[in-house]
Amino acid sequence: MSKKSKKIYFDYAATTPVDPRVIKAMLPYFGEKFGNTMSIHSFGQDAKIALEKSREVVADLIGAKPNEIIFTGSATESNNLALKGVKGKHIIISQIEHPCIMETANWLEKQGVEVTRLPVNKYGQVNPLDIQKAIRKDTILVSIIHASNEIGTIQLIEKIGRICRQRGVYFHTDAAQSFGKIPIDVNKMNIDLLTASSHKIYGPKGAACLFVREGVKIEPLLHGGGQEMGLRSSTVNLPAIVGFAKACEIAKKEMKKESQRLTKLRDKLIKSVLKIKNSHLAGYPEKRLPNIANFWFSFIEGESIVLQLDLLRIAVSTGSACSSLKLEPSYVLLAIGLKPQEAHGSLRISLGRWTKEKDIDYFLKVLPKIVKKLREISPYGK
Amino acid sequence: MVNNIYSKKVISHFRNPHNYGKMKNPSAVGKVGNILCGDVMYLYIKVGENDIIKDIKFETFGCVAAISTSSVVTDLAKGKTLGEALKIDSKEIVKSLGGLPSIKYHCSLLGADALSEAIYDYLSKNKRLIPKELQKRHERIEKEKVDLKINN
Repeated sequence: MSKKSKKIYFDYAATTPVDPRVIKAMLPYFGEKFGNTMSIHSFGQDAKIALEKSREVVADLIGAKPNEIIFTGSATESNNLALKGVKGKHIIISQIEHPCIMETANWLEKQGVEVTRLPVNKYGQVNPLDIQKAIRKDTILVSIIHASNEIGTIQLIEKIGRICRQRGVYFHTDAAQSFGKIPIDVNKMNIDLLTASSHKIYGPKGAACLFVREGVKIEPLLHGGGQEMGLRSSTVNLPAIVGFAKACEIAKKEMKKESQRLTKLRDKLIKSVLKIKNSHLAGYPEKRLPNIANFWFSFIEGESIVLQLDLLRIAVSTGSACSSLKLEPSYVLLAIGLKPQEAHGSLRISLGRWTKEKDIDYFLKVLPKIVKKLREISPYGK
Repeated sequence: MVNNIYSKKVISHFRNPHNYGKMKNPSAVGKVGNILCGDVMYLYIKVGENDIIKDIKFETFGCVAAISTSSVVTDLAKGKTLGEALKIDSKEIVKSLGGLPSIKYHCSLLGADALSEAIYDYLSKNKRLIPKELQKRHERIEKEKVDLKINN
C-alpha cells in the first residue's frame, strides 16, 4: 500500500463515522425544521412530530413501547440517570463495566449506597448465579454491561434478567456497544432499563437514550421544562435525535447481513493474528460482538503497537497502562485474569460498516512485522 | 503524521530507534524498571580507553516515550567518558527529545537510571571507587526493582 493510500479505521468501538443517509435525514432539522418541540405553533409541532416518530423507531429496535424511550445526550448520561435515578440502598454491578458505570457507582458509594462489584470468569462473563447470591432484600438495581466495550464478550443477559425479575430487582444493562449490532428484546430479556447510544451505530454524537420500562420508578437528574416525560429537562436536540433514529432504522434493516459479514472478517482476523507467536485472544472466541477482537502480545507494549500502526495509517486502540491517564492497565483485562505486564501488550481491533476484507489483509500483512520489530527492541522473549 | 501527544523528535526516534538490540560481551549492563507503568529497560555499555563509552545499546519493553528515551540516551552517552555520562539527567533527555508529555516524564528518568546503573555495574565490576551519589542512586533503583520483581 502506498503512502497516499487511505487510512484504515479499526476503532469503531470508540466511535463511528455518521452514515451519509443519516446526515441527509438530519439536515432539514438544522434549518427549515428548527422548531422547539415544546412550542404550540406549527414550527414546534413539526418538531414534536419528528421527535415522536424518532422515539417510535428507536423503541422498535429493542421491542419497547415509544413512551419507554427517554432521549438523553450521551450513554454516560443514560447510565448516570439509571444508577442515580432509582433510589435505593444497594446496587450490584460487575468489575468490567464502562468507566461511566464504575465512577457513578463510586460516587453513589460516597452518598451511602452500598455497591457490590461482581467478578467475571477468564472470558469476561458474569456468572448469573453470583447475581442470584448477591441480591439482598434492600437491593434496588443490578446493572451489567451487555457486551464489553474492551473485549467484546456478551453476557448471559436473558438469564440475568430472569433472576432480577424473579427477585423483584430492577435490571439495567449498558448496551452502548451491542445496541444495533446484535438483536435485543427488552421483554424477552426482562430488561427494565437499557442504555443505548447513537454515535456507536453511525449516528451523530450528542444523542443517546435510556429505555425505562413502564412502572419503573426513577427520578430525573435534570430539572426544568419537563421534557422527556419529566425525566430529562432540556431543549430537545432534535437533529441528533432524528439522526439517531435514522441510524436505528438502518441498523435494523442491515443487522443480520452486516453481523454475518463482520463475524466472518473478525474470525479471519482472530485466526490469523493468533498465528503470531506468543499472541493471545482476550475474551470468548465465539460469544463476542461481531466487530470486536482484543489481543495481547507478550514482551511488547500496546501504545508502541498503536503508534507503529498509526504510522502506517491504521487506527486501533490499547488497554496498556502507558496509554491511560492513570498509568494503570485496563481493569477489564485485569478482571479476566491478565497480569499487569500481559495487559501491557493489549490491542483492541474493532470493525465496522466500512471495513473491507482488503483492510484486514493489509493489517495482517503489517502486524507481524511490527510485533517482530518491537520484540527486537524488547529485552524479553528472545 | 499528526500527533498531538509526542514531538517530531520523539516520533523520529521511535520510528527508527538508534542502537537497539542486545550487545555481545558488554563491559557492563544497567537494568531498570519503571515503578509507575511497568516499563523495563536494559542498557549495555562497552567501555574503552580513558573510560570512554565506545559502544552502547539498549533493549526496552515499553511505550513510545520509553523507546525514544532509550534511543536518545544512547546518542547522548556514546563517546562520552563515564564521568561525563553520569551528568546526563532526565532534563537533558527531555530537552533532546523536543519535550515529553508531563505524564511521560517518568520515562526519561528510566533512561537516566539505566545509564547510571550501567556505569555503577562497570565501576563495581572493576573494583573502582563508586561516587557517593551514584551509590545512593543505585540503592534507590534497587529498592524499586524489588517492588517490581524484575529478574536480573
